[in-house]
Amino acid sequence: MTETWPLWEVFVRAGRGLSHVHVGSLHAPDATMAVRNARDLYTRRGEGVSIWVVPSEAITASDPSAKDAFFESPAGKNYRHAAYYTASEGVPHL
Amino acid sequence: MTRAVRIRVDEVELSAELAGGEGREAAPDVAEYALWLGDDALVLAQQLGAWIARAPELEEDVALANIALDQLGHARSLLRYAGTADGRTEDDLAYFRDEPEYRSAWLFEQPNGDFAHTIARALAASAYQFVLYDALQGSRDPVLAAVAAKAVKEVDYHRDHAAQWTLRLAGGTDESRRRMAAALDDVWPYVDELFRDEPLIDRLEGIAVRPSTLRDPFGRIADAVLAEADLRPSARFSASGGGRRGIHFPTLGYLLAEMQVLARQHPGATW
Repeated sequence: MTETWPLWEVFVRAGRGLSHVHVGSLHAPDATMAVRNARDLYTRRGEGVSIWVVPSEAITASDPSAKDAFFESPAGKNYRHAAYYTASEGVPHL
Repeated sequence: MTRAVRIRVDEVELSAELAGGEGREAAPDVAEYALWLGDDALVLAQQLGAWIARAPELEEDVALANIALDQLGHARSLLRYAGTADGRTEDDLAYFRDEPEYRSAWLFEQPNGDFAHTIARALAASAYQFVLYDALQGSRDPVLAAVAAKAVKEVDYHRDHAAQWTLRLAGGTDESRRRMAAALDDVWPYVDELFRDEPLIDRLEGIAVRPSTLRDPFGRIADAVLAEADLRPSARFSASGGGRRGIHFPTLGYLLAEMQVLARQHPGATW
């Protein structure tokens, strides 16, 4: 076989009230088969009640090499945290 | 925020592997009927197992292996129950019966062939098992009813898997369509045997499902898939069959030789 099937990202919801969580990826010829393959690969031990699949190419990701610019700027900006502020005396239940 | 789900292996509660409970003995005729169904499932499980590491993609390896293990589970439940009639275990029945003592139908004994042949066989086998187990849930025999109730949900997925692949091969390339059509032509002559009433069935009224009553519901499931695929298997002939009486397609002997050799060379071996 020369062509390989496209890649899909799989999200499984473990139970009512929980979010779908990314669990991994797989190959499948189309979306319908991707859901079935995900059922076989990721829910064999009763892990989930719902599956989402998304074509991997449809995901736009942040650039790993831009990690510093993206994710390290909050350091030293304590005012972004609620704990930075002191509660006023008149607000007893904060 | 994601909540980490931590699984402690020693705290996982395992459910019973075999359906139908313990302690109930099968009457000889009921045991014979359980062998019909159990041997179909066992032979199919062994056949599908041969695909592992050979399927078109890794994902399909896992899908076929899952289906094989489901079938093996049904076979174990049914053979264990059959064995209660004369004090044999499921392993005694699987590993120490010779070809004429097997009761599988010829459809299940058809070789894997190419992927299309495996799918064509799966389409017929899963549609048959689905309507069979669906009806068997209403059996007066509580063990058969319990096995059927567990199996019907699993076979429903096997049916879906076979249908999805039939449609994709039929609507794929010229080559995949040609192979799917050829596979259906090769497999369909073995469908008729599934719906023949043997004398045993007359003695199991209300316990077994009369095979001839399954022909129409089977047809509705299979025909819907074939119509969507725009394929018509040519019923060139109807195979003589005879699996329920111990007469088998030539592939079964080789299959049993491979499946049974270890248990017979080293009786009682464990690992």
